[in-house]
Amino acid sequence: MSAPFAKLPRWVDYGLIPVINLLVAFLVAGLVVLLVGENPLRAAWAMVEGAFGSGRNIAYTLYFATFFIFTGLAVAVALHAGLFNIGGEGQAFVGGLGVGIVALALDRYVPWWVTFPIAIVASAAFGAAWAAIPAYLQAYRGSHIVITTIMFNYIASSLMVFMLNGPLKPLGSMAPQTRPFEAGAQLPKLNWVFNLFGANVRSSPLNISFILALIVAFLIWLLVWRTKFGYEMRTLGHSPKAAKYAGMSEKRIIIITMLISGALAGMMALNPVMGDQHNVSLDFVAGAGFVGIAVALIGRGHPAGIVVAAILFGALYQGGTELSFQMPDITRDMIVIIQGLVILFAGALEHMFRPQVQTLFASLSPRSVGLAPAKSGGA
Amino acid sequence: MDLFETLVQVFGSTIRVSVPLLLACLAGLYSERSGVFDIGLEGKMLAGAFAGAAAAAVFHSAWLGLGVGVLVSTALSLVHGFASITHRGNQIVSGVAINFIAAGSTVILGQAWFHQGGRTPALTPVERFEPIKLPFADALSGVPVIGPIYTQLLSGQSLITYIAFLMVPVTWWVLYRTRFGLRLRAVGENPAAVDTAGISVAWLRYRAVICTGILCGVAGCYLSMAQGAGFVKDMTAGRGYIALAALIFAKWRPVPAMFACLLFGFLDAAAIRWQSQLAQIVPVQVIQALPYILTVVLLAGFIGKAIPPRAGGVPYVKER
Repeated sequence: MSAPFAKLPRWVDYGLIPVINLLVAFLVAGLVVLLVGENPLRAAWAMVEGAFGSGRNIAYTLYFATFFIFTGLAVAVALHAGLFNIGGEGQAFVGGLGVGIVALALDRYVPWWVTFPIAIVASAAFGAAWAAIPAYLQAYRGSHIVITTIMFNYIASSLMVFMLNGPLKPLGSMAPQTRPFEAGAQLPKLNWVFNLFGANVRSSPLNISFILALIVAFLIWLLVWRTKFGYEMRTLGHSPKAAKYAGMSEKRIIIITMLISGALAGMMALNPVMGDQHNVSLDFVAGAGFVGIAVALIGRGHPAGIVVAAILFGALYQGGTELSFQMPDITRDMIVIIQGLVILFAGALEHMFRPQVQTLFASLSPRSVGLAPAKSGGA
Repeated sequence: MDLFETLVQVFGSTIRVSVPLLLACLAGLYSERSGVFDIGLEGKMLAGAFAGAAAAAVFHSAWLGLGVGVLVSTALSLVHGFASITHRGNQIVSGVAINFIAAGSTVILGQAWFHQGGRTPALTPVERFEPIKLPFADALSGVPVIGPIYTQLLSGQSLITYIAFLMVPVTWWVLYRTRFGLRLRAVGENPAAVDTAGISVAWLRYRAVICTGILCGVAGCYLSMAQGAGFVKDMTAGRGYIALAALIFAKWRPVPAMFACLLFGFLDAAAIRWQSQLAQIVPVQVIQALPYILTVVLLAGFIGKAIPPRAGGVPYVKER
């Protein structure tokens, strides 16, 4: 299927249009702030300052960004194969179960650098397992992956409530959470990096899973653009028919892609569970699975874009928290609105401003939109 | 207490729990039958619940509240339509966006306007849809078997409950016995054919989406103005998704939709009523997850096959 839109230069497609969409989303969010009776410009400034104003704030921003790199990659990988994995929330939740089991089993006996790799594998395996059933159902029974992954989000939350109220709850405790992990399952913080630059950051939850996230983002880039499987994935996403005629197995691609996607979502759990809270509780995912959708859309499915978009959303989370201290009427729910608006304008309405941009570019330089040299066409 | 009386009570709460599910489920039916997937039922219900309760509290009128709730929900529906029909955007993405916008703005606006931590003020009886007592309810209450059924199940429900169950035959009639319904079903299966017949695909789908908005608004108002007395943060609590599950369970048909909603409602009511007894057999979470598990099993095609409208989720591009 060819896109029903004319071509634009790459930097417009991947840079300008997302930025326009983002700006519109923020403008509408500003209207909401006006409706609440506050000054949108002051609110915006408070957010920027809250996110980047000091070393501590930047560390928090990057801590939140870590969540969204993982979940954004999870959504993006699936999208490349034309699958909409809306179940990142549940996969991350179950991934946390894997992390928790490993941490509880090992934390008293080995140092963190032994626990960490095993926990990575466990989180990925649990997340992938949770994506496996929807993947199987999509590949072999044709059930719509969006619906099954939504259902699995709810099943995951029931499963976790059960696990944290039963098998994983320490004796004599009332709260639905595991016992706190010992030092053997606590990831080192990255505060010293900021201290190198002269900022004095004593307490921030930023930990080495941020670095893991960056490495994983690079690996995903390799996978999608530099391997045979990545090529098959993208072919399926662009045109299932082409993939079929080329002899690629649709079922195999769907299942492997979803397993990777689920594994990425599951790995998100390392950041809060081993990096910050040092236990498994009921709220460590906190909507990050859904933010991944916005991040993947803004990042245009490219790992580099996703890292940037994740930092942007990390800044929104951190800045939004600071904002809610300054303007009590604007609670952290403001982030949820912005998130929704970003998903709306950058996702569902991504082509809304395209005709205008196209007309503009066509009149400025016809060649850039592929109009002038008629021979070189062939889209 | 004897078994019969307990059963009547459980069925009573089944009906009350099912009403918002049923309204949202029928709402989704219009949209999805026309080929527009809608996972934003949850958000529209939530926005309707908030707008309804807020307007009712300000204007001191339940009817005005219902009107505003329906308007707001329909407006969100039109946003979904604008994105997915006019701009041919991804319908899933648009639905997710609407859920977020509703979840965030209800709390922010509620806090800014009423300063009660995101709640709306508690509604007085005039501002709510109170239970309606059918004639002879008191007189018949002493009669065995019929008495409890009549007084506790049929009578004493709110107006919206009767509307919800009335909407089942109405929807059936609209879908299968009117020209609009025929075209609606056709546009969900094969929009090109409808277009060839000279009927506007976009306008037809917009009308379907408006029906969805109205019913979602009523569902939301039921939550905040009939079942509850005011809006509470995140009061839909996933009902929009259960309604979606029920819609699939019913294979996108109105009468089975009612039974699916009643079944899911019954699971909920039974889990609450027999919590302590059930806990000894299965964990209560299993029963809570049952609607979702059942839907997945159905989707997998192990008990019958749920086949969605063929053109569902695909934006219509007119041939040039």
